[in-house]
Amino acid sequence: MPFYRAHVLVCNGTPCILKGSRAIQAALVEEIKKKGLENEIKVVETGCLGISEYGPVIVVYPEGTTYCGVTVNDVPDIVEEHLLKGRVLQRLVYNAKPAGVTTAPASARQKEHRIVLKNVGAIDPTSIEEYIAVGGYEALGKALTEMRPVDVVESVKKSGLRGRGGAAFPTGLKWELTANECGDGKAIVCNADEGEPGNFKDRLILEGDPHSIIEAMIIGGYAIGANKGYVYIRGEYHQSVSHLELAIAQAREMELLGENILGSGFAFDIEVFKGAGAYICGEETALLESLEGTRGESRMKPPYPPTSGLNSRPTVINNVETLANIPQIILNGPEWFASIGTEKSAGTKIFSPCGDVLMPGVYEVPFGTTMREVIYEMAGGIKSGKDLKAVLIGGPSGVCVSKADLDRQFAFEDLPPGAGALIVMDDAKCMVDMMQNCAQFFLHESCGQCVPCREGTKRLHEMFTWWQAGAGSPGDLELAKELGEVMSTAAKCGLGQFAATAFRTSLPLFEEEYRSHVVDKVCPNGVCEMDNGHGSEVV
Amino acid sequence: MEKKECSCCKSSGDENGYSAVIRTFEKKRGNVIPALHAVQAKMGHLPEEAMQEIADWLDVPISDVFGTATFYTLFSTEPKGRYVVRICDSPPCHIEGSNAIRAAITKELGINPGETTEDGQFSFETVSCFGLCGVAPAIMVNEDVYGNLTPQMIGEILLKYRKKES
Amino acid sequence: MSKITLTINGLPVVAEERMTILQAAEGAGIYIPTLCHHPDLRTEGVCRICIVDVKGQKLLQPACAFPVSDGMSIMTHSPRVRQARKMIIELLLANHPQDCLTCSKNQKCELQKLAKEYGIEDVPFRGERRIQEEDASSASVIRDPEKCIMCKRCIRVCHELQSVGTLSASGRGWDMSIGPALGKTMVEAVCVNCGQCINRCPTGALREKSSVQQVWAALHDPAKHVVVQTAPAVRAAIGEEFGMEPGHRVTGKMVTALKAMGFDKVFDTDFTADLTIMEEGYELIHRIKEGGVLPQLTSCSPGWIKFIEHFYPELLPHVSSCKSPQQMFGALAKTYYAEKAGIDPKDIVSVSIMPCAAKKYECDRPEMADSGYKDVDYVLTTREAAAMMKEAGIDLPNLPDGQYDDPLGESTGAAVIFGSTGGVMEAALRTAYAVLTGTELDDVNITAVRGMDGVRSAEIPVAGITVKAAVAHGLANAREVMEGIKSGKFADYHFIEIMCCPGGCIGGGGQPIPTNEEIRKKRAQAIYEEDEAMTVRRSHENPSVQKLYKEFLGEPLSHKSHELLHTHYTPRGIKPDPKPEEKPVKVKID
Repeated sequence: MPFYRAHVLVCNGTPCILKGSRAIQAALVEEIKKKGLENEIKVVETGCLGISEYGPVIVVYPEGTTYCGVTVNDVPDIVEEHLLKGRVLQRLVYNAKPAGVTTAPASARQKEHRIVLKNVGAIDPTSIEEYIAVGGYEALGKALTEMRPVDVVESVKKSGLRGRGGAAFPTGLKWELTANECGDGKAIVCNADEGEPGNFKDRLILEGDPHSIIEAMIIGGYAIGANKGYVYIRGEYHQSVSHLELAIAQAREMELLGENILGSGFAFDIEVFKGAGAYICGEETALLESLEGTRGESRMKPPYPPTSGLNSRPTVINNVETLANIPQIILNGPEWFASIGTEKSAGTKIFSPCGDVLMPGVYEVPFGTTMREVIYEMAGGIKSGKDLKAVLIGGPSGVCVSKADLDRQFAFEDLPPGAGALIVMDDAKCMVDMMQNCAQFFLHESCGQCVPCREGTKRLHEMFTWWQAGAGSPGDLELAKELGEVMSTAAKCGLGQFAATAFRTSLPLFEEEYRSHVVDKVCPNGVCEMDNGHGSEVV
Repeated sequence: MEKKECSCCKSSGDENGYSAVIRTFEKKRGNVIPALHAVQAKMGHLPEEAMQEIADWLDVPISDVFGTATFYTLFSTEPKGRYVVRICDSPPCHIEGSNAIRAAITKELGINPGETTEDGQFSFETVSCFGLCGVAPAIMVNEDVYGNLTPQMIGEILLKYRKKES
Repeated sequence: MSKITLTINGLPVVAEERMTILQAAEGAGIYIPTLCHHPDLRTEGVCRICIVDVKGQKLLQPACAFPVSDGMSIMTHSPRVRQARKMIIELLLANHPQDCLTCSKNQKCELQKLAKEYGIEDVPFRGERRIQEEDASSASVIRDPEKCIMCKRCIRVCHELQSVGTLSASGRGWDMSIGPALGKTMVEAVCVNCGQCINRCPTGALREKSSVQQVWAALHDPAKHVVVQTAPAVRAAIGEEFGMEPGHRVTGKMVTALKAMGFDKVFDTDFTADLTIMEEGYELIHRIKEGGVLPQLTSCSPGWIKFIEHFYPELLPHVSSCKSPQQMFGALAKTYYAEKAGIDPKDIVSVSIMPCAAKKYECDRPEMADSGYKDVDYVLTTREAAAMMKEAGIDLPNLPDGQYDDPLGESTGAAVIFGSTGGVMEAALRTAYAVLTGTELDDVNITAVRGMDGVRSAEIPVAGITVKAAVAHGLANAREVMEGIKSGKFADYHFIEIMCCPGGCIGGGGQPIPTNEEIRKKRAQAIYEEDEAMTVRRSHENPSVQKLYKEFLGEPLSHKSHELLHTHYTPRGIKPDPKPEEKPVKVKID
């Protein structure tokens, strides 16, 4: 590899591309050539840097200077000042002044602890060489040459890693259950059907570090005795699909996928499967149905996938973020991983605060970090100086918490993080309006097979819509509450079981506001347009 | 995806545009969704005859192929506009004002979600989250994504696609 | 399997490992309500009405699917179970037409029954109800989607037991609906009209197309001579509609009832079943001797005929050209009988009572008019016939036995077993043996072809050759056999009996609801009992059949036989009918 004294990383995450990062990249290459620096400085595309709010973003290494809000017109300055003269261009530096933002903490990323996102934004995701240069596929080499499959399973178990898709099932145990099943045709499936509103971490990993997922899946396949892996990516993630497909082709080219990986005799290959627009396919058995070519309707459990999964064969299904931890655990040892986070929640968790926060984005922090730290110190707090009203943790299927919970720690034993979305609402927002919107999501996404979910999501949506319009009936609140309870215990799968969770958890916190809508026909925040003559007056 | 004319399609009598694509798939049930994707990429929607051909080729009952095709929102059994404008109305975008964006698109295109313009250029759909919550509110036009939107930006964005036509 | 002990509602229950909670509870006499569960079908677990409280489980678990384990403690009616069940029923009712009094399933609806059991007095949910149009396009099966509760039993029976796949779910969530692919109507879709979906439907969402009013009109028309034929399987099941236990045959009572209703002549399809054996048996012998296409496939089941026309048209040369007994009867009623009785055939209304929904379609087929008239005018299912009897104030269980009329009422034990899977084969073998060897079988009970296994085969040495025979019932099994024929697995077979419905006609789509394997076995047993009780048990010994040949047809496979008793088939393929409106759906013959 030729030696470059500096790398300029251009974020080509989806949000930055739409803000013109491609043109900036072309301009950079052109300008660098013009200055005769093309043999000294390399321009590299990276995955999303996680601060897409301020895109287009570029980072200059080795200094690690981040510029945001860059335009094509800024390119000559950056090349002239920074790359030629070595002077940081203060007017575009991220820490100093995100455009259009009034207050921004200087150290938004100081509390981050990047394991999963280690390479995201730091390497070119379209280059396997760069991944290898930062230690990529070393864990695979270690697993295949120094460890037996049972050792790999043991390591993952000891690390304390739990699923990051929301259900938090111990990953090592899942692998062990599958490894203990006999017979061939086993499979490992990466669940990249990230569809819970507010979550976009998996997209970031897939776009920014696809090889880490490939490496983890090969290791997982080796551990459980599977020769086939599938990545089920939601159909809307075009960039993720293309980066992953490219990475798989590269890995095949280098024989990291194929018949005899690293001379170990272990054979493994990966297929990318594009979803087609169904949130339910994030539920693992619905995902399997979809992989088998049918309607994504969840299966009865038991049997669980480790016993009977894809084509009735033992199958491990892991979330993207979960898998991205695997190479690091193998490389650094389970003790290292277990030492991060809290006693019962090992490692880090990616959070994606969005909604009414100043700096929506993706932040990876150790377990034990408080919600206040993530929302206020990292995401910059509430926009426009308003106060925090509520947070939906994990997304619409998560619990609703208020300010009172700000100092709780994210950990399975305290405040479970769900998949990591933090949908933040300021105090000008209306809870009924929010619940109506959540209910609309579930109504749209319910697969329809079971009665509590198909009929329940419809009736909840109707009731919230009536409340919004001032058309509620006495007794509605109690009926909705009871319906929510029945859905949570009687629905067939997680979608229906959690479709009313946000409502059920918000009801005790904001009962006055609900009653005001249902009984008094008034929206205290003036968000809902009542049809009853009260209008949207604030009372 | 661009429509391509290739000699193999012509010689195999692929007048309908999808038969050759369908026949590239291995005959297994798991290929129903990939085959539907491929046909839709070529045709813009899923014609009845194409679904029947997928059923025949993969040896799956047509009722199952149809059941699958209508389950997933990215598939359409009806012809769509050349450009499909999808607006996210999930909570993060809702908080950030997706209602105003929706109104702006309706005003600009003269159609409501679920409709297609008379000239067949644009279809408009409300969809669930597409993972752009960091730049909410967001829309997609075919595979292009746009975030951090204000209603004022809609006219300019759609104009780009109008220009592509003329 | 080892025994385990668990507790249900505080009572100790011994169950077998791998049983579901529902099975364990049923074994212990504990009732758990179900809706989407059906013993014939794969478990779906979608209605959630069978949820129970399992100690240690946060979620309520579906009894139909959840496996028992040793020491498990279950409550089948804890407060949260009752609350959830009640709400599930309310949710279903909120989206259901409240027209129970005028519904075809009134008093037989499983949803209605549950609403009563859970004391639903008011539905708390107001709001939208799915509005969908009724599809009455089919000659056999009417769909009323508004009454559909999406339990998917119809889909499962259509795919799993019948491998036809007409019905499936389309759309998603609230917008989901059940119906044929591509939004087609039932007549456009590839449907074999078997009506198995009707038998599985818990509500009034599926029903047969009724001919009750037309038959009443004919009975009340003094200018019409109304004759009725009763299929073998009807006598073994119609009693169930009057509260009798399954397996109770009521042949004589049924004849009395039909006469009381006003039918001019009560005949028996068994007569033409015997005739079928003659024609089909001679056809088989002809094929064996002349090197015709073998194995020969039976042709008496109209659902099966439509199935092979759609899915295996290339195998149609294997199918016997014999019409079904119903249609043979129809052709004779308006020729032979009309002549003998001196009645103008245009004044004869020919009604048949069948365990079958597909027979309604069959009698409408354009080729079924060889008498010069529509051979069979109306088909009533067992259920419709029972409904008419009730309307006529008939108390079937307490009627005296009556006798079938001559000449189309005489039959043998070989004919009655047509009603059960394996029966046609057994009847054919009884006669083939006699024809080929010139001697009679010592024991007419050929038990090798009886039973409920999906595909069975037997080898019977007959006059120097070994007749290889196979039997299949349920179209999924038929499909297996067809694939076997294509792959050469059945190359040395002579004769294969195929029945469309699981269990044969006793499990037909027009039979009393509910159906399950236990009930079908009991009905089959009744059929075999009737055979045992008959003095004549071989078709060729039926005196009326012998007389028919002597007086009218000449001999089996004669020109006249071919004209009246044989037919041809239409290769259809599996594409939905593109322009059904251009095709005659019904033949109108004056």
